[in-house]
Amino acid sequence: MVLSRGYEERLAAAYMEGKTPLFNMANGPLPGEMHLSNGQEPCAVGVCAHLRAEDTVTATHRPHHVAIAKGVDLRAMTAEIFGKQAGLSGGRGGHMHIFDPRVNFACSGIIAQGMGPAAGAALARKLRGEPGVAVAFIGEGAANQGAFHEVMNIAALWKLPFLCIIEDNGYGVSVMKKDSTAVARNDVRAAAYGVPGVYVPGNDPYAIYAAAGEAIERARAGDGPTLIEIETWRLAGHFMGDVEGYRPAGEKDALFARDPIPAMRQRMIAEKTATADDVAALEAEAKATLDAVFDYARSAAEPRPEEALEKVFV
Amino acid sequence: MVEPARRDNRRKRKLTIAKAISEAIAQEMERDSGVFVMGEDIAKLGGVFGNTQGLLDKFGPERVRDTPISETGFISMAVGAAALGLRPLVELMFVDFFGVCMDAIYNLAAKQAYFSGGHVKCPMVLMTSVGGGYSDAGQHSQCLYGTFAHLPGMKVVVPSNAYDAKGLMAAAIRDDNPVIFMMHKNLQGMGWLGTVAGATVDVPEDAYEVPLGKAAITRPGKDITVVGLGATVHQALDAAETLAKDGIEAEVIDLRSLAPLDREAVLKSVRKTGRLLVVDDDYKSFGVSGEIIATVAEAGIALKSPPQRLAYPDIPIPFARPMEQFALPNAGKVATLIRQMCQE
Repeated sequence: MVLSRGYEERLAAAYMEGKTPLFNMANGPLPGEMHLSNGQEPCAVGVCAHLRAEDTVTATHRPHHVAIAKGVDLRAMTAEIFGKQAGLSGGRGGHMHIFDPRVNFACSGIIAQGMGPAAGAALARKLRGEPGVAVAFIGEGAANQGAFHEVMNIAALWKLPFLCIIEDNGYGVSVMKKDSTAVARNDVRAAAYGVPGVYVPGNDPYAIYAAAGEAIERARAGDGPTLIEIETWRLAGHFMGDVEGYRPAGEKDALFARDPIPAMRQRMIAEKTATADDVAALEAEAKATLDAVFDYARSAAEPRPEEALEKVFV
Repeated sequence: MVEPARRDNRRKRKLTIAKAISEAIAQEMERDSGVFVMGEDIAKLGGVFGNTQGLLDKFGPERVRDTPISETGFISMAVGAAALGLRPLVELMFVDFFGVCMDAIYNLAAKQAYFSGGHVKCPMVLMTSVGGGYSDAGQHSQCLYGTFAHLPGMKVVVPSNAYDAKGLMAAAIRDDNPVIFMMHKNLQGMGWLGTVAGATVDVPEDAYEVPLGKAAITRPGKDITVVGLGATVHQALDAAETLAKDGIEAEVIDLRSLAPLDREAVLKSVRKTGRLLVVDDDYKSFGVSGEIIATVAEAGIALKSPPQRLAYPDIPIPFARPMEQFALPNAGKVATLIRQMCQE
């Protein structure tokens, strides 16, 4: 969580380079859209702590926390986000298209799009008789997309080793969940497919870990998919540059007061899982990792322009 | 093994395209345990267009899977299975249904290799039926060749006969890229719809590949190059036969594949004949016919008459027989155009 948050903070700073005084998304070392995951770290770590390299994860347009928790090569991922030749795809994908087949991670830019590829990976493992589950991370807005329902039905019908994790951050860009979704909680939609539905309130990494553990165990045992909705919150805007005028006054301050990282730090120390020194050492280690990773990505070579013509077919 | 000469068959047997495709899939499934099939009505029924006949009995329900009517679901799942090295073959019953699942095709399948820098492949085949002419109206009769061939990252093949269909299907399944395999209903050979005779041809029993991206000269000639694909190849051949009696020798090219496109075959022929006609039952504007003519124009070949195209007008496909037949290309229209062009 600390590594992930530090990662996003450094990306945010780098993103703003060349974008002041006049904000233009096309400028600076990190052009294009940028969707940060600040605040949503518990969803990623609570689920991915149970996963192994052979397990597939697909994430969304807001993918960094999940990628980091899944163990994606951080240097190559950062180089990709900076559009460098040494990036995971040589700069062809950028921050919404991160593929690391070494740990079976992929993400994509369209809502609910990762549902099918994850369920397809689960089907592949099942057909081959190999171990491995697949997890699709989606947002709460994606539960209103056709792909979500089609894939939930097929995954349930075929009893695939599959999990759908809904990160409910309350907003589809600017539209509140209550204004887009006919039910208050998406876990109830699991009933439509005859699979367990679980709701985890409070953006609590411990509770997420417990719920995901049970679901993943069920998937590994061949008992089919689970739908989990996690209440989380987005401490950044939808994208960098979003002034979030759609939020009620005071909402953002209240969310910052419930930042899951200080809460977890306190809990670890209170429960004596770790000392304050342990936590400080962990934070220092994260900082050192980030220093190295960002130095590497910034100094890495740009792709040759003509490389754009390669890898369309393999 | 590539294209054994058609005369080398130990035992001649004519197959429909449907039977040839089924045989190719069965052989690839035997050869490679990673090949499996998903789609609507492809298991017990053997496919609405007969592409998967006998596969369920031979390979069982794990590898031959009837799906719910959820094209986005099962096509995007194929992308995920292909990422792990399996070779899924999915059927989109009518190409017209692409509207409910195009995201899975052109944003997922077609971009998986590129967005992963070539590290994650997408070896899948999407087979789909195209074409009209039997009064099924405009949501079950389109070709959409140009629509698919326009989008990068997918190979697109259109066989005109059973020999090519079998070999192209084997090549498509073995290819590491997504392949859109379009079979024309007028050529397919189902019991419930008439079939153009020339599509049902001798097919070798052994497995073989017809390489993707290679056009065929279906009939040599010196006066005009007529380019077609799928059903229009047969219209061009019929027209050429008629015109031969009047001393006009048309060379007929069957594109077989739109992506990759064998531009060289077209250019070579047009350099020889000096005339070009493209016959396409897909919509006229922004499509195959325009692309072929542009290819020749860009090469700067001096033509004896302006290049022409006979294509489907830019209208939805109507139901009533007189209206649909009025709009479709046919051998008579092809012959008339060729005569005009050769008199210029």
